[in-house]
Amino acid sequence: MPTEPATDDLARNDLAQKVIRIIAEKQRIPLDTVALDSTFEELKIDSLDGINIIFAVEEQFDISVPDEGVHTIRSVRDMVDGVRSLIEAKAASSAAKPE
Amino acid sequence: MNRVAVTGLGMLCALGNNVAECWAKLASGASGIVPLADPGAPPYKFQFGAQALGFNSSDHFSERELMLLERFAQMAVVAGREAIAQSGLTFAGSLAERTAIVTGTSVGGQFAEETGYYRLYRENNPRVAPLTIPRTMSNAGASAISVEYGITGPVYTVSTACASSNHAIGQAFWMIRNGQTLAAIAGGSEAVFAEGLLRAWEAMRVVSSQPCRPFSIDRNGLTLGEGAAMLVLENWDHAQARGAIIHGEILGFGMSSDAHHITQPCVDGPAKAMRWALTDAGIAPGQVDYINAHGTGTLANDVTETQAIRSVFAEPTDNILVSSTKSMHGHTLGAAGAVEAIATLLALKHGLAPPTINFTKPDPACNLNLVTVRAQPAPLEIALSNTFAFGGLNASLVFKR
Repeated sequence: MPTEPATDDLARNDLAQKVIRIIAEKQRIPLDTVALDSTFEELKIDSLDGINIIFAVEEQFDISVPDEGVHTIRSVRDMVDGVRSLIEAKAASSAAKPE
Repeated sequence: MNRVAVTGLGMLCALGNNVAECWAKLASGASGIVPLADPGAPPYKFQFGAQALGFNSSDHFSERELMLLERFAQMAVVAGREAIAQSGLTFAGSLAERTAIVTGTSVGGQFAEETGYYRLYRENNPRVAPLTIPRTMSNAGASAISVEYGITGPVYTVSTACASSNHAIGQAFWMIRNGQTLAAIAGGSEAVFAEGLLRAWEAMRVVSSQPCRPFSIDRNGLTLGEGAAMLVLENWDHAQARGAIIHGEILGFGMSSDAHHITQPCVDGPAKAMRWALTDAGIAPGQVDYINAHGTGTLANDVTETQAIRSVFAEPTDNILVSSTKSMHGHTLGAAGAVEAIATLLALKHGLAPPTINFTKPDPACNLNLVTVRAQPAPLEIALSNTFAFGGLNASLVFKR
């Protein structure tokens, strides 16, 4: 069914947009300077900025990013992918819980 | 210029309640790092801390005294008492005003502050305890020592994060060397195990989930520690004239600022601090036998410190033994410079470089002549002790046996 992937794409896009908005807000930079393919280096995001952004992302999506994330996330795409997998893991674990 | 002798040592931390207990552990490579008490939900991301579990305030102070003294100040006073008793100094007559007290602490009295906030914001009770201010102030320990011993010279506290007490000792050293004072009580203390503060450290993502393993390839952060250490510094001739036992000499002190980044370490700043300290001491890099490294166990610190050491000491680096005693007593933050100064002085005295424990495998990026697993006997004459702080502030002290 063609509608399924389309919805999925929309959801992916929405998540990426939310993450991009957080990054722009935390870095105090214009939204249109942040793209999915931007690296943290290009955006001048250092390790301290990184933990600040991850903190905001954790708050927004109610997830917990492990400490190692600070060193492995180097681009906007890394962060979007990481957030998505944490959200999926959370959904899977709450679905697995007996009500 | 006056030579500066160390005539008294006092220390308490996760390794023990006094210098002898602490040194026994440092010499045998024993860990003071223990599992932390569970704070309830959610648990901390780290489960280990170097807590001074043997320190009971009621062993040292009356209830009335404790009204004014927070844990960090209590520890400062107890370490100060041990150092002063060992020195044999009494502060009668003019020595009282020719003696300084310089202490270091990173955050001062955090418990009183957190208790006050709890009442104010959690319980909506605007009546905060009236002694919150004097308990919280960073100079509480220095002032308490001053009152207890009647020391009326320059008394103050330095707060430069993890370099605090190295800066404190350096300033006291310079005051004696320049003749402004005859003696000084110098060191620092830190009591980090307050829940609000631990949560803030957790958010920094620099605390290891395991006991820290400085310079090891699998290191992933520091371990927080608490404690205090105080040194009695004394004009060399004054100490000799009264027949004092001299535990070592301070030869030089150097400090620098990275002017780079608030938390990211760099190579130049620490290298400059070490060079200044050696210049101040009037010695060549090749004369150094042992370095008590800052060695926090974070990925970034240990690599940049290695590069800084290698740039200062060039080729003979392999002859210099290096260790991080933080692997045993944790990172005592504002007390670190003083705790490690004593570890360094005792290493010189006993001819035994304490180890970097928890070490598993070398990191090619940390290619130093590291003392790992167990202490290494060696004829040690001159040693350097490094501290590098958040904010990019660096300090190095040079000691002689």
